[in-house]
Amino acid sequence: MNVETPALLYLNNVTVSFDGFKALNALSLAIDHGEMRAIIGPNGAGKTTMMDVITGKTRADEGEAVFAGVHDLTILDEARIADLGIGRKFQRPTVFESHTVYDNLQLALKAPRGVFATLFAYISAVQKDEIEDLLETVHLADEKHTLAANLSHGQKQWLEIGMLLAQDPQLLLVDEPAAGMTDSETAKTARLLREINRTRTVVVVEHDMDFVRALDVKVTVLHEGAVIAEGPLDHVSNDERVIEVYLGR
Amino acid sequence: MIIGALRTRSGNFSLALYAVLAFLAVAVPLLNLAVPETSAFHVSTYIVTLLGKYLCYALLALALDLVWGYCGILSLGHGAFFALGGYAMGMHLMRLIGPRGVYGNPVLPDFMVFLNWTELPWYWHGFDNFLFAMLVIIVAPGLLAFVFGAFAFRSRVTGVYFSIITQALTFALMLAFFRNDMGFGGNNGMTDFKDIFGANIQSDAVRNAFFVTTVIALGVGYALCMAIVRSKLGKVLIAVRDAESRTRFLGYRVERYKLFVWVVSACLAGVAGALYVPQVGIINPSEFAPEASIEAVIWVAVGGRGTLVGPILGAVLVNGFKSWFTGFIPELWLFALGALFVLTTLLLPKGILGTFLQPVSARAASRAPGMARDEGVLASLPPRDGTRERLAKVDA
Repeated sequence: MNVETPALLYLNNVTVSFDGFKALNALSLAIDHGEMRAIIGPNGAGKTTMMDVITGKTRADEGEAVFAGVHDLTILDEARIADLGIGRKFQRPTVFESHTVYDNLQLALKAPRGVFATLFAYISAVQKDEIEDLLETVHLADEKHTLAANLSHGQKQWLEIGMLLAQDPQLLLVDEPAAGMTDSETAKTARLLREINRTRTVVVVEHDMDFVRALDVKVTVLHEGAVIAEGPLDHVSNDERVIEVYLGR
Repeated sequence: MIIGALRTRSGNFSLALYAVLAFLAVAVPLLNLAVPETSAFHVSTYIVTLLGKYLCYALLALALDLVWGYCGILSLGHGAFFALGGYAMGMHLMRLIGPRGVYGNPVLPDFMVFLNWTELPWYWHGFDNFLFAMLVIIVAPGLLAFVFGAFAFRSRVTGVYFSIITQALTFALMLAFFRNDMGFGGNNGMTDFKDIFGANIQSDAVRNAFFVTTVIALGVGYALCMAIVRSKLGKVLIAVRDAESRTRFLGYRVERYKLFVWVVSACLAGVAGALYVPQVGIINPSEFAPEASIEAVIWVAVGGRGTLVGPILGAVLVNGFKSWFTGFIPELWLFALGALFVLTTLLLPKGILGTFLQPVSARAASRAPGMARDEGVLASLPPRDGTRERLAKVDA
């Protein structure tokens, strides 16, 4: 597949229905290289389904999903898509609780993913340094031998972001990174994402308007599975349809 | 103090296991063969065989723990792989009988003569060769596991659904092996084995040799499982157990990892079955019975899943208890087994060894501040076939 698009991620008329309910309704979206985009929308707007389509968890009924102009995401499986360089952070922090912070990062670290390559894998000095750097980046250097189950909620979120970075993806999909965080943790997370955005493309799905404001990026508003507004936060928050969707009824 | 020392590292359990196995391999044959029967230290041949049988079960439990304890795949049909290995061994021993059967046919085993068969079925060829039989002992269960696992894991059948189809698998095989025209001896199975390597299979020397071989197989099996769970692949298995879809989004092809460990486990179970058959002297379709597989699951649960040593301990203890219990009220055994399982689940959810092994940090976790309250409950649950993951999803 070859679509004439400079965008890193290109969704065109993507529709997904579950038993007749259209979770995504002809959704179109283009994310440029190096961009950070915030995606907002009320519950049920289709944010998570969109992530599922991009990462291969859910198949689109119609439409195109193209990564880097060449990869058709609608036919690839999760592992292959992860391998192409799309990393995903879940809404609820999902880390491997019976593993230490260090082991979590080691598992995420970019390396051959084959069964036998993994069976005989050992950690090289370079990889050790990478893991140490990541521990610093996500503020978990002191917790490296802690079981992930014993981390605080905010620390789990950071560990998951660290795992994303360890995969060395081109595109990060981050689902509600600030959910359940304290104010200071939220601010720290916004700084962390901006730092990550210096070298990678980031898509953030978020509910928390203060957090979105802190990110200071272009915003896309979803409603009932389609885009209803796009632009700077101040612009979309004055949009009548957006106000109606969020406040009215 | 002793318990404190035990808690420090699981490595100590490995050392303890190797020490016990080495001791058994030397002491049991010595006390059986060299110590006169009149001595109080004499170990009877009956006990040697009984211990050998327990250790075969222990190897089966170890195999089951590899998939259940580390990868969250609860198999209720591991007896199928055990029985297949046993049948392969049985076929070898049948062929070794040669013309000494009741009917004196130099090629056909007695049950085939009885059924008026005139020639050996094609799948019986080669079993007179020891190395070929050894190969089939590993390959037959491995192949079945590969085909079954490839379909099941590719279709992402998990949790209780997977457990149920493993149960169906072993049940179907039991029905098939009951049929006379399958050529495996029907419901009588295979028995009356005469010898192996030219030595009488009933002799004390051969019985001790089988015992020592079983000890060695268990030690090697344990070392293999330990190497697997300690490798990076072992960490991936635990990741799959605790959060399967997360592992997938990291780029791991979960189904291939499951298939790998599933096949290794089936091969180990096959070896256990092959060592079991000459020691008990018979193989019949009852080894495929679903109850047999469920019992194996209970050994693992009692010993402590996800510990490797625990299931070995569990298999020996539960079977020791079974031998003692069925000595006077055999008809109540299944009730006792059920009660044991219920009590273990309620009082020792991590099993005997899991309770000792539980790291101090994990116990402190339930008190750790800053942990989301709902998560406290979930985190304290033993990870069970993705239950926690499913709960988490429902929560989200």
